[in-house]
Amino acid sequence: MNFETVVFYVFAALTVFAALRVITARNPVHAVLFLVLAFISSAGIWMLLEAEFLAITLVLVYVGAVMVLFLFVVMMLDINLARLREGFWSWLPFGATLAGLMVLEMIWVLGSYEVAEVDRVRTVVKHAADYSNTKELGRLIYTDYVYPFEIAAVLLLVAMVAAIALTLRRRKDAKSQVVSEQIAVQSKDRVRVVSMPSEPRS
Amino acid sequence: MMLQALELAGQGFFGALWLPLWTIVKIMCIVLPIMGAVAYLTLAERKVIGYMQIRIGPNRVGYFGLLQPIADGLKLFMKEIIIPTGSSKFLFVFAPIMALAPALAAWAVMPFAEGVVLANVNAGLLYLLAMTSLGVYGIIIAGWASNSKYAFLGAVRSAAQIVSYEIAMGFALVTVLMVSQSMNLSDIVHGQQGNLGLLNWYVIPLFPMFLVYVISGVAETNRAPFDMAEGESEIVAGFHVEYSGMAFALFFLAEYANMILIAFLTSIMFLGGWLSPLPFLPDSFIWLLGKVSFILFLFLWFRATFPRYRYDQLMRLGWKVFIPITIIWVIVVAVWMQTSLWVW
Repeated sequence: MNFETVVFYVFAALTVFAALRVITARNPVHAVLFLVLAFISSAGIWMLLEAEFLAITLVLVYVGAVMVLFLFVVMMLDINLARLREGFWSWLPFGATLAGLMVLEMIWVLGSYEVAEVDRVRTVVKHAADYSNTKELGRLIYTDYVYPFEIAAVLLLVAMVAAIALTLRRRKDAKSQVVSEQIAVQSKDRVRVVSMPSEPRS
Repeated sequence: MMLQALELAGQGFFGALWLPLWTIVKIMCIVLPIMGAVAYLTLAERKVIGYMQIRIGPNRVGYFGLLQPIADGLKLFMKEIIIPTGSSKFLFVFAPIMALAPALAAWAVMPFAEGVVLANVNAGLLYLLAMTSLGVYGIIIAGWASNSKYAFLGAVRSAAQIVSYEIAMGFALVTVLMVSQSMNLSDIVHGQQGNLGLLNWYVIPLFPMFLVYVISGVAETNRAPFDMAEGESEIVAGFHVEYSGMAFALFFLAEYANMILIAFLTSIMFLGGWLSPLPFLPDSFIWLLGKVSFILFLFLWFRATFPRYRYDQLMRLGWKVFIPITIIWVIVVAVWMQTSLWVW
């Protein structure tokens, strides 16, 4: 067992542990932090695969931005654990069936003949230190896969606009300031200098 | 020459253990000077702001107060760390570590001079962005784990602020990527090399981005006038209100290490790193230090000059001013680069 394998198993064990704690942690904030740990350790595994762009982007986008907002929301919520837990047993068969189906699907895809064949044929090629994973990915995205990429981008944009449109409420009583007016203000609009004669000493 | 001889001797003596040992030595060579710089940056800050406000600043401990940072450090070191009741104990202790670790880890890819870099990785810029985006966890966890309203308000403010300004910062870096065509920090500096010295630097074509980057950097490090996370007149001291002793000192270290990091990054990406401003002078680390000191002075100058932003003004500046400017400048640069007018 070489060093790389050891690192892989450490990251894999961490990922599995963190993922388990996400669903078993009592405190929702702890659960979110374990999810962050799971993301970081899977980024480590991707790094071992020499996919440095994907690994760093996972940390940058999911850990650095998405999970921060997630944490932000979870911290503000007043979550009642007892209510969250009730009905656990009645929903268990349904959940277990779904989980079983997903495991079956994964076995089906990952254990299929094609995947095994690809694994057997394509030995992992070690690249030189100056090989840029980012450049390679960018070239593929903007040449061979340009249409799927653009469609995905448009879909995300539509989703974003829809999310904002759905949650936008124009409150009548909300107070706001007109920034251009604030900036255009001059001292003579706000300050009035009153000249007063000094009162005589008594 | 001596370094090579040392490496050979070390490899012979330690065998496989040599690489980790040698790397730790190199890491120490980066981290210890940063710690020293952080200590003396606090003194510089107090002195600079003092003179700007017509005061003298610390001058009792050592000549010109030169031993003041050491006295401060010692004092913080001796103090008790109080863990509030009702706090989440593990996270409370973990938060300062989480604040400092990314601030130091980011230095791994920083080039200090030609070939002087710990890890010369291709995705260096991305790595830096990822590391700086992790720093916010220290603040959020600290605010939540303290079980205090003030600390929590500070954490929430800081999270929203950092996430907003990161976007503008990221776009500013995208323009640098476009013109340098590389994410390797050493290559970005090489891209600014030329016969004209100062005029070859990216600050000339990317001047709006330079401004956006510096101002977002101030916001990212929670410095005045963007120090909403602390806001001592509104929420006491924000996220670190419950911290004392070394735990507090770690937050302090993280903030100043981040300031120095942003100053280094600005110098490397916009001001030509270690390249000399005049073509007939030799390139050297001294230039980089000079540029970094200038940016750090700006940080202190801002703090002495501007009053704190109101929160809605802060958000407006981030979302409605900086992000549109950066997006437009990305397009302008992309078009500009296709024409013959592009000379960088």
